[in-house]
Amino acid sequence: MNNKNMVTKSSPLYGEMKKFLGKITYTLIATVILLVFLSPLAYMATTSLKSRDMIAQADGPILPMAPVTFEYKEREHPVLKVPDESGNIAELAVVKKGREESIFVDPQNPEAGEIVWTGRWRTLEPVREFAPQWDNFSYAWTQLNMPRLLRNTLIIAFVSMVGTIISSTMVAYGFSRFRIPGKDLLFLILIATIMLPAFVTIVPTYVLFASIGWTGTFLPLIVPHFFGNAYNVFLLRQFFMSIPKALDEAAMIDGAGPMRRLIYIILPQSVPVLVAVGIFHFIWAWNDFFGPLLYLSTKPELQPIAIGIQRFNAQFSARPHLVQASAFWGMFLPLILFFLAQKVFMKGIVFTGVDK
Amino acid sequence: MLSELNSKNLRFKRGKLGSLAKREAWIGMAFIAPWIVGFFLWTFGPMLASLLFSFTDFNLLRREEIQWIGLDNFRRFFTDPLVRQAVKVSLTFAFIALPVSVIQPILMAALLNDGRLWARRLFTTLFYMPAVVPFVSAVYVWSGIMNVQTGWFNRALAVLGVQGPDWLGSQVWIYRSLVMIGLWGVGNMMLMTLATMQGVPTELYEAAKVDGAGPLTQFRHITLPLITPVIFYNLVLTSIGIVQYFLVPFVLKGPNGDPGNATWFYGMHLYKEAFSYSNMGYGATMAWMLFIFVMIFTVILFSTQKYWVYYAGGED
Repeated sequence: MNNKNMVTKSSPLYGEMKKFLGKITYTLIATVILLVFLSPLAYMATTSLKSRDMIAQADGPILPMAPVTFEYKEREHPVLKVPDESGNIAELAVVKKGREESIFVDPQNPEAGEIVWTGRWRTLEPVREFAPQWDNFSYAWTQLNMPRLLRNTLIIAFVSMVGTIISSTMVAYGFSRFRIPGKDLLFLILIATIMLPAFVTIVPTYVLFASIGWTGTFLPLIVPHFFGNAYNVFLLRQFFMSIPKALDEAAMIDGAGPMRRLIYIILPQSVPVLVAVGIFHFIWAWNDFFGPLLYLSTKPELQPIAIGIQRFNAQFSARPHLVQASAFWGMFLPLILFFLAQKVFMKGIVFTGVDK
Repeated sequence: MLSELNSKNLRFKRGKLGSLAKREAWIGMAFIAPWIVGFFLWTFGPMLASLLFSFTDFNLLRREEIQWIGLDNFRRFFTDPLVRQAVKVSLTFAFIALPVSVIQPILMAALLNDGRLWARRLFTTLFYMPAVVPFVSAVYVWSGIMNVQTGWFNRALAVLGVQGPDWLGSQVWIYRSLVMIGLWGVGNMMLMTLATMQGVPTELYEAAKVDGAGPLTQFRHITLPLITPVIFYNLVLTSIGIVQYFLVPFVLKGPNGDPGNATWFYGMHLYKEAFSYSNMGYGATMAWMLFIFVMIFTVILFSTQKYWVYYAGGED
């Protein structure tokens, strides 16, 4: 017995190993859950790379695989998996199909001549190769008119982003740094507006924009953002309150006015939270469907991406590969932005929700 | 954020302001002025206008013929069979969607908060990621994977020898499918829950361990009470989201409530009345009825807070 090398239950090594195994098992389970959770994205990726024929086969391969063909005597012939007498499988092109026997050629060695194989060729599996159809993406890009959709979306998103950042910063600064009579009540109302269903205000707002002739323009999607947004004000106010007041008090003694204190003391320390607000807004604006649906439904040339994709799909719903390619174009920029700024982004989310 | 909504936060000072304080108040007012103007322009004004509209037969296409019709819209509302259908659909959906959207972020956060998980940050980022996928894209991706013949769900079920359902065409399955599409939208709540869980003092768990509490007991008696503020926040915001829900079925199934009125959500009815038929009067009535419902619901929800929501700051 080599007791020395045996790992007993009480030894620290046993404990370490058990912990290690526990971690592996747990992480594996989490990975499986994650893969299931993200599987629709994998479906999108594989389907968007398929051709019409690949999709038509309901039980075909998951990946975009195309049957291999071989050119023989100026004609294309499918390559099949052909078993010989001993059960070895050869990949041969069928050049003459018959009921009980067919003639094959070895694509690797066509000079070797024609091979006669007895059996039903229909029972043979085709040889497939990985054949991603990248063209689907460029086709969807053109059919969507992506340059136009991008231009419209970016104009709406950026101008309204500037509006919400400037106005929300000012309002948050007002709430965090000045004694105003009734301020607490005002702030309470501000938070309460978050809980107001948008439907309650949308009917008269639409009537207003329709009567001043703003429907069919970007203005209804941009102008309201210049009046501060309750979420952003809350987020910025929380952040501003965490900046020590002593700094701006010192600046005040040096004669700096309220605007200077905002620009030179508060803002330089708030870059991450301003970036977070900007990205939240950008992704929100990219995603916004209801606003453009109401105000731009008669103006295809002004519609942003969310509407563009819906219109595209009304037209191409019978072609899943194009539907999935368009879904990709609908999400690529927000995803890139998210991965570039995920730290700031996720911190910002936590900041709005966690109660102190 | 919602813990701010408490009358205890209101402090009223009496007495006159000195000239310096007056100056400060004016400057402060100037800074918050954009929001105050915006509140009257985009919230308070429209709400009042909406209330006025609801007593008229205002139609945007015949705006000269507007007439005061008293309570006719409200009478119509209570006898409108499509309203009944819409309320039924919205409640059926809420009945499945609400529990799922409360429980799912807690489970995901608990999964991510476990000490046995390697590369927690990577997992958190990837579990969060679908939340930034625009909903229009998400709808088409999910409708593809739920396709009866070519979708992966039914192909996977076929491998197991099960005939998969018609996810999007069945009047029963459509609700479950909509809830599944919604699974991608909980990223924010997951992150907030996770952050709150990470903020739970480890001494509490250690003390519980000494007392012989297992992981489940610890979760039940330490973690769960301490994340109740986030659960409450989630419950309020999700409920308000659900009563307005209609864009996902609108993109997925079109504006007619297919299959067979199963997606005739309240929002769909309101949208069609107000914006397809330009019936602003009736649309405003539906909006106000929704508002009244939400008000009553949130007041009830807020009043239950004292029984189950635990704020670490305590009473002051």
